Amino acid sequence: MARVVVEVMPKPEILDPQGQAVAKALPRLGFTGIGEVRQGKRFELDVDDSVDDAALHRIAEEFLANTVIEEFTVRRVGS
Amino acid sequence: MRIGVITFPGSLDDGDVVRAVRRCEAEAVPLWHGDAELHGVDAVVVPGGFSYGDYLRCGAIARFAPVMGPVLEAAAGGMPVLGICNGFQILCEAGLLPGALTRNAGLHYVCRDQWLRVENTRTAWSTRYEPGAEILVPIKHGEGNYQADKETIAALEAENRIVFRYIEENPNGSRADIAGICSANGRVLGLMPHPEHAIDPLTGPSDDGLGMFYSALDSLVKVTNE
Amino acid sequence: MARERMIDTTAEAAKTPELDQPYAELGLKDDEYARIREILGRRPTEAELAMYSVMWSEHCSYKSSKVHLKYFGETTTEEMRTRLLAGIGENAGVVDIGDGWAVTFKVESHNHPSYVEPHQGAATGVGGIVRDIMAMGARPIAVADPLRFGAAEAEDTRRVVRGVVDGIGHYGNCLGLPNVGGELVFDSSYNGNPLVNALCVGAMRSEDLHLAHASGTGNKVILFGARTGLDGIGGVSVLASETFEGDETSGGRKKLPSVQVGDPFTEKVLIECCLEVIRAGIVVGIQDLGGAGLSCATSELASAGDGGMRVELDRVPLRAKDMTPAEVLSSESQERMCAVVAPEHVDAFLAVCAKWDVTATEIGAVTDGDNLVITWHGETVVDVPPRTVAHDGPVYQRPVQRPESQDALQANTSASLARPDDLRRTVLEMLAAPNLAAKRWVTDQYDRYVRGGTVLAQPADSGMVRVDEQTGRGISVATDCNSRFVALDPYEGARLALAEAYRNVACGGATPLAVSDCLNFGSPEDPGVMWQFREAVRGIADGCAELGIPVTGGNVSFYNQTGSTAILPTPVVAVLGVIDDVDRRIPAGIGTETGETLLLLGETRDEFDGSEWARVAHGHLGGLPPKADLAWEKLLGEILVAGSRDGMISAAHDVADGGLIQAVIEMALIGQTGARVLLDPDQDPFVQLFAESAGRAVVAVPRSEELRFTEMCTARGLPWRKTGVVDAESGSLEIQGVAEFSLTELAETWNATLPRLFD
Repeated sequence: MARVVVEVMPKPEILDPQGQAVAKALPRLGFTGIGEVRQGKRFELDVDDSVDDAALHRIAEEFLANTVIEEFTVRRVGS
Repeated sequence: MRIGVITFPGSLDDGDVVRAVRRCEAEAVPLWHGDAELHGVDAVVVPGGFSYGDYLRCGAIARFAPVMGPVLEAAAGGMPVLGICNGFQILCEAGLLPGALTRNAGLHYVCRDQWLRVENTRTAWSTRYEPGAEILVPIKHGEGNYQADKETIAALEAENRIVFRYIEENPNGSRADIAGICSANGRVLGLMPHPEHAIDPLTGPSDDGLGMFYSALDSLVKVTNE
Repeated sequence: MARERMIDTTAEAAKTPELDQPYAELGLKDDEYARIREILGRRPTEAELAMYSVMWSEHCSYKSSKVHLKYFGETTTEEMRTRLLAGIGENAGVVDIGDGWAVTFKVESHNHPSYVEPHQGAATGVGGIVRDIMAMGARPIAVADPLRFGAAEAEDTRRVVRGVVDGIGHYGNCLGLPNVGGELVFDSSYNGNPLVNALCVGAMRSEDLHLAHASGTGNKVILFGARTGLDGIGGVSVLASETFEGDETSGGRKKLPSVQVGDPFTEKVLIECCLEVIRAGIVVGIQDLGGAGLSCATSELASAGDGGMRVELDRVPLRAKDMTPAEVLSSESQERMCAVVAPEHVDAFLAVCAKWDVTATEIGAVTDGDNLVITWHGETVVDVPPRTVAHDGPVYQRPVQRPESQDALQANTSASLARPDDLRRTVLEMLAAPNLAAKRWVTDQYDRYVRGGTVLAQPADSGMVRVDEQTGRGISVATDCNSRFVALDPYEGARLALAEAYRNVACGGATPLAVSDCLNFGSPEDPGVMWQFREAVRGIADGCAELGIPVTGGNVSFYNQTGSTAILPTPVVAVLGVIDDVDRRIPAGIGTETGETLLLLGETRDEFDGSEWARVAHGHLGGLPPKADLAWEKLLGEILVAGSRDGMISAAHDVADGGLIQAVIEMALIGQTGARVLLDPDQDPFVQLFAESAGRAVVAVPRSEELRFTEMCTARGLPWRKTGVVDAESGSLEIQGVAEFSLTELAETWNATLPRLFD
């Protein structure tokens, strides 16, 4: 078994209302000096050794991310 | 009687709460999120909607609004506070009520007429109901699935702080069919269903929601008389 | 890189007249490009080319439909205009509903974006139509969504349905607008091309009507709302790739999707902000930013005024780095509005925006010149007569030809289809069919209660909301289109769509007042499609003239096809009605009064061509649709409204798809009350139960009112027949001599289909 982390983020050119709302709230809470905030999703998958990188890539591309508006990264972080 | 109704950017049902309060012949006082002041109201309603877009988590940004400081202070002093839907989420985020509202078990937003059972008729917001009364009130939310750890649920049960329970069908997966809970002193109530949409059979499924607003007025009269 | 040097200015354009420009990639024809050069007396700059290409596109210029749409104006009489405060040509038509209230409504399509990215496509469709209504100075008060998807069982339908419904729900629910109706239709012709139409109704005091004007030299132009990003500039990215030639890293914009992401929260505060500045009387004109973004807003505002306009484009707040002027002008970023404000009111305007935390920037001013002049860091990038961009686009006379296949289609009638022996089974099969099944799976995802004024919503025939809390005055809206009927006979089918929407409004007890439409068709380059289009326009216009109500506006969506196969022609008709007191609305469910009689108003004929039964039982489409008799519809409407006014009707439901039995079952299930259906012994039970003859409704009347009501029908010449009795005790629906069903069995059958398909 290995732990795989898939991170999904809105594409840079796509509006991210969620991140924007957090960015706007921070100064109100007294935190200054923070510019843009973007909010994404993180998935942790425990996978069998039989699952190859190509399959993981497909899982991320076809299912976990909506590649019309999101981009993703796939990382193996060990077992 | 003056009942304050808070408007955050993104509040939606504030107008409906104002209408419900007026129908009970009380004065509705609009409160603005950026105003750290309650303008001498006798009770506060935190209405439904999507405050600040409900980004990050429902209620997570609204709880830091300037108006919430005085609300917390007033609640500590025993002022009746009602949180409806997004208002319930905000009161939980603010720590006035335990637990959290998570995504509906069915993963969809649900808008429907829902039967509830009134389990506790001794809170500031429920004295007008008969014990065990069944009432029909709309629900409309995507994140109304009440969750808390076992100890908290057990304590809520033991202290009779579950005020409303879903009956016939649990619409969102809430633990113990919880639709609404109150603070230990019974003055702060949070619920997912919308009593302000059940004040007239013309525009809602019933007028069962009026009881909550009348109860609050009764409790205020009592306090004043004592 | 030194980007400034690459900005194409009017001075540069004058110097390099022979520069090769990618107009064809931007969708402009040779003669259109030549005309732009003729108008300007030089080649257009890159920014001008971007503006003209998007504003002269089919979507913005109506170049294929214009010649046919004129017919609406030609057939609208002065008498029909009496209640009209603004009509076609404005953002949306405005109708006087009495008591000093004006109502505006419009339907728009967002079909293509909703196929590419269903959630965001549908969400931004709601956002766009809501801003259209705000631009009239009205508060949006309700939305509704006519939706059409591919075959319910088709592979891709689930993805599209879930995304679209979730997107509409998410956006509309966050805006706080009750969703009160719409349609849900499945047909394989929509497999690769769903129709996502969005309707919004707004209300205002008549004196608050704000048209998009930019009069008054010196008045300021203020852009407010969201920042401008690279959203939806798919088409114009051709220009960016030209600009960035040889630099793949920073110029990689060729593959930008034409997808926009909506932010309903920003739109919600924008609504409140807009209404506050309008109420305060500090705006001269207001305009939404829709399809063509700033290109459209600036050229339309300037054309509507009496002078020119100057815009400093570099002042536009941006969300993306290194945007070119052409990109800023073409961006379709959502949740933006433009206002024209007198100089003395600018501070007050900005203060309201600050209160709502809405970004607002003065970007220009009205001038005494003739042209729209746009600068970028001091250099002129656009200098055009605004009308040439906004209104003087090309007009096409596309070939129109009735398809040869039409005769064969009409000859292939339903007469030879085998009819069922087991009517009980047919009732259940029909009830479970995706087009007739309960739509709760969809409508339960929409907030119908917010604003506290909804008195009718799905599954009622029309949505009705209260406008005035003191008097109870309200409005009602319904949309309809049976595209199968339109395919068989576009003229008659469009009239049937109008008739049904009209009837649906009347069934709620409201008086129909005005019509809007959303005309969804295939490619205008196909003469057969243009024939369908022309016939449908004529059908709606002639029908409106017969009914005496005007068409106040509309929207055209062409190029709806899967591969080269066009969708069924789908002219969605929306009818707006008024009711002077919503307390008198007629619900759809029976059982509100004890002891009710069910009456069928209208005549049932052996008409099954294009019916839902022909589709469900045989997958058949052919023949001729039922005839629409609009004089009859008008009479039926008057009787329903009179019945509501005098308290004679306790429930009413339109008889349409699925026939009489579908209507009665729905009335029983909505009211959770049983009934007995009595058939005419002289007519075939199958025909009575399932035929889709037009101009019919079922009403429930309290027994005490039965005689008074039937005498009124007889006196006015409307045929009626007692078709059943309500039986509150039975808990069942009995079709006498045919079958009996428990309400539980019917409810389970009706409710199971959509969750099974889409959950």
